[in-house]
Amino acid sequence: MDVALEVSGVSHTFVAQGNGTPVRALDGIDFRLAPGEFFSVIGPSGCGKSTLLEIVAGLTRPTEGRVVFDGRDVLGEVPDGVGMVFQEDASFPWLSVWDNVAFGLRRRGTDAAEIARRVDYALRFVGLADFAKHHPRQLSGGMRQRVCIARTLVLEPRLILLDEPFGALDQQTRLVMGEELLRLWRETGATVLLITHGLDEAAMLSDRIGVMSARPGRFIATLATGWPRDRDSQVVNDPRFGALTGEMWTHLRAESMRSIGI
Amino acid sequence: MNPRYDGALFTVAVLLLWELLYHIVGSSGLSSPLVTFAAVGHLLVSGSFWNNVAATAQAFALAVAFSLVGGLAIGLLLGLSRFAGDVFDPILNALTAIPKITLYPVILLFFGLGMEAKVAFGTIHGIFPVIILTMNGVRNIRPVVRKAARAMRLTPAQTMRTVLLPAALPEIFSGMRIGVSLALLGTLIGELFASDRGIGFMLIQSVEHSDVPNVMAITLLLFAVAVAGGIAMLQADRRLRGGA
Repeated sequence: MDVALEVSGVSHTFVAQGNGTPVRALDGIDFRLAPGEFFSVIGPSGCGKSTLLEIVAGLTRPTEGRVVFDGRDVLGEVPDGVGMVFQEDASFPWLSVWDNVAFGLRRRGTDAAEIARRVDYALRFVGLADFAKHHPRQLSGGMRQRVCIARTLVLEPRLILLDEPFGALDQQTRLVMGEELLRLWRETGATVLLITHGLDEAAMLSDRIGVMSARPGRFIATLATGWPRDRDSQVVNDPRFGALTGEMWTHLRAESMRSIGI
Repeated sequence: MNPRYDGALFTVAVLLLWELLYHIVGSSGLSSPLVTFAAVGHLLVSGSFWNNVAATAQAFALAVAFSLVGGLAIGLLLGLSRFAGDVFDPILNALTAIPKITLYPVILLFFGLGMEAKVAFGTIHGIFPVIILTMNGVRNIRPVVRKAARAMRLTPAQTMRTVLLPAALPEIFSGMRIGVSLALLGTLIGELFASDRGIGFMLIQSVEHSDVPNVMAITLLLFAVAVAGGIAMLQADRRLRGGA
């Protein structure tokens, strides 16, 4: 099997700010993604999902274990070909929407015509073509998140890391954005690693779903959805959708209770 | 009412109050508006006035240059290093709180009477707001903005120029605005207390000669220049914060 991303034996312990006690965030995470696979990680809040994504991105070094992307070790630096969309709004308030999206391409020295072509395409893709000249503060939280998604997509990453990118959006917009993400994933052939706390989101979007335990996070189950590649949000009507969310919840119920201290 | 007339009305009111106050206090403490404006006219055509303006402007310009460049460099350094920032934050706050006039004798001993002392005094007034607001501006950049820069594989130089500086610019500019005003204050105070030329020197000489119209005229001109400069910088500041 071809491997786009391999995470093996990743554990992470950090020192809590304030009292200085070590906190074990992740405990022996192993998984492999095939090129073009859509993999979601779901888990209770505080289970280390975001830490896992930052480790995969090379933003955080794990205390143990390895991450290999495209056959190379990820060592404290974001590898070429990896794009990341953060949970928080990371748009640059001093730049217009258009300049935000063009930002990464300009730093790479891409020529102006190519930048214009890609930025216009990406803005149409996320439905912000009419807002190109606006500044982020003039947009809603959801629209700003779409700016960040476009800013990452124009760089045409081979591995897209998404940290609860639709968390700020309402349920209906999330379904539509999810559909758009699927379209993008099909068109680009990129590998996607999505962190989410939405059972429906994971069930609808993914090829496979890794279910994480409460902290310290480890995989307690990996589910294959078996959806066709050209799926869309209509899969919510499929009986298999209900079965998948039910199965996830069976695994997560006790963990979620544990994470909020019940 | 049309807001365009507010300024005119305000000016008329101030002039009336001034005239009234003059009649109460008398010419030993205050000169009338008319006499003051006449003195302003005399000043503006006098060669010695412009020589003094040039001396003050030179000291002020140097103090501003040292405050802005030094303040920006130190502020960025302290803002980028969490450790250095934590160490120097209380020290800076203490230094800011010192009434700097108490340091002037030391500065005079060190630099002697003249340009260097004025520049040094202007700089120790102007540099702290630039340092503190630049440091805070950099420290207050949201971590996710820095992470986004790393995720786009920017070099350190690119990160500084295209992310950190623009992100902190509104606060840096506020620091510079306050720094410029305080540098002017420091330069003038320096000239008032010990100096042999400059606007502050001219002002204190007029006071010693009980030349009330000249004192008033110089004060009025200083006031006008400071207010005009302050308003221009404040508007630029608002534009930066409000965005285009």
